[in-house]
Amino acid sequence: MSKARSAPVRAAFIHLALIAYTLVALFPVFLTLVNSFKSRSAIFSQPMALPTPSTFSLIGYQTVLSQGNFVGYFQNSLIVTVASIALVLLFGAMAAFALSEYRFRGNTLMGLYLALGIMIPIRLGTVAILQGMVAAGLVNTLTSLILVYTAQGLPLAIFILSEFMRTVSDDLKSAGRIDGLSEYAIFFRLVLPLVRPAMATVAVFTMIPIWNDLWFPLILAPGEGTKTVTLGAQMFIGQFVTNWNAVLSALSLAILPVMVLYVIFSRQLIRGITSGAVK
Amino acid sequence: MGSLQLKSIRKAFGSNEVLKGIDLEVKDGEFVIFVGPSGCGKSTLLRVIAGLEDATSGSIRIDGQEMATTPPAKRGIAMVFQSYALYPHLTVKDNMGLGLKQAGTEKAEIDTRVTKASSMLSLDPYLARRPAELSGGQRQRVAIGRAIVREPKLFLFDEPLSNLDAALRVQTRLEIAGLHRRLKATMIYVTHDQVEAMTLADKIVVLNAGAIEQIGSPMELYNKPANVFVAGFIGSPQMNFIPAEKLGQSGAKTIGVRPEHIALSRESGDWKGKVIHVEHLGADTIVYLETEATGLLTVRLFGEHAYAPDDVVFATPDRASLHRFDANDRAIV
Repeated sequence: MSKARSAPVRAAFIHLALIAYTLVALFPVFLTLVNSFKSRSAIFSQPMALPTPSTFSLIGYQTVLSQGNFVGYFQNSLIVTVASIALVLLFGAMAAFALSEYRFRGNTLMGLYLALGIMIPIRLGTVAILQGMVAAGLVNTLTSLILVYTAQGLPLAIFILSEFMRTVSDDLKSAGRIDGLSEYAIFFRLVLPLVRPAMATVAVFTMIPIWNDLWFPLILAPGEGTKTVTLGAQMFIGQFVTNWNAVLSALSLAILPVMVLYVIFSRQLIRGITSGAVK
Repeated sequence: MGSLQLKSIRKAFGSNEVLKGIDLEVKDGEFVIFVGPSGCGKSTLLRVIAGLEDATSGSIRIDGQEMATTPPAKRGIAMVFQSYALYPHLTVKDNMGLGLKQAGTEKAEIDTRVTKASSMLSLDPYLARRPAELSGGQRQRVAIGRAIVREPKLFLFDEPLSNLDAALRVQTRLEIAGLHRRLKATMIYVTHDQVEAMTLADKIVVLNAGAIEQIGSPMELYNKPANVFVAGFIGSPQMNFIPAEKLGQSGAKTIGVRPEHIALSRESGDWKGKVIHVEHLGADTIVYLETEATGLLTVRLFGEHAYAPDDVVFATPDRASLHRFDANDRAIV
């Protein structure tokens, strides 16, 4: 009885909390988008106001598209992000499959070692990474960024995916072996489709920090040809004068590709939930 | 085509020995059932035969050929799993044909074999569907079809009926029995359900704690159990075990008598006792007694009987059907 009465109240509180969180999360995005369409004076006089016909201005976008090579920056960011996600998913899933499927000496130790990266930030090794990249002649290349981001994304990917792969039915893999599928076929054709929701989750978790990163592009690939969007937007931030129109416009544009990737992955997330395969 | 010899098969996971030296001979066309409580190693033994697990030591021969290093797909076996294990992304037809396709069989041959198997199992209307669109019973039939299509030397069943409801279980059991008669193939079947074992098997292998307790036909196991474990495991309700000294018998440690081999009377008999509980099943009546001589005693009477708790009754065992066991729990013949 009390349960029935408290249910709507509880639901209301839950929704209140969720709405509050949504507002907090969306506020910076809203502020960025709104102000990117305003003139410089309007940004400073009324930062919270929506653009009106008198304050509306596309000057920020014009600056961004005319100055510097923003299309190139976008391309760099996309190449780095997509290539890193692909490598993280491929190698992460393969390592996770090996850890969860095969019994070998040092299995648990190997799993712990691979998960260690979740606890130790990769930036602690920046100096060594830079030295390594210099020695390998990879400074100012996108390859250097892709390598670092793959290393950065793997620990979490292996951790999440190996948990999911343990839930895939042993019988299904056994059936595949009896039908003569190779271990690779079992991995790619039976197991991967069943853990697709987990893959999508990992992709989203991996993608955002890579796209937003400023640290490694600044250190490893600051050259004009390899600048990423976040690094490119920095050129409008000066020590004394900051072109806020341009910064906000660049950031607004930078949100778009991430949104598109996110929509693709979340769709996979829903489509990937297959049922009825086992039991 | 399809005999199997196991010689002192051992399997250990780390220091945990799951199979402790299994010797077994299965003749061509036999229906052999491994039965035992959970954790007795029966599924592991089946997986060793299939090649999904390597035996720690021992030899496996299928049709006389040593199989220790042969991968599962090349052993000439097919396996049906408890969880069906159908490929979720393939249609029923492709599920059944995949094994042959991997083995490089011609497409026309695959089609004829799939058609034959699907008509045998009345799966024709479902060939284009995916497993998610089928009911539990249909899925298990597809899994059986997938095994038939391979025309294996050995069929391996790993508790194939456990996930089905009671009615479907009986029906599928009949289907498997019919299949064995028609295909005349060698089948090895794992179950913990003694009814399945008794109804399907030519030969039952009773396993306990990684070792074989007894091998025999269903009636051999029922009439001549080799030890206390088999006597207690086969037959339902369970055999009554009475310490021999309570009955004043010498030369044996335990006396076993099946519930159906005890007669009840209100007037006279060997053991006087009081009824504790009665189960009326229609065809049978199960009476639980507490007697001075034997302790708790289960009695199975055929037909309906009007006993009620607290009735005083006399129980008399059928002398010819008593089982005697020695101090090592072995049967005294």
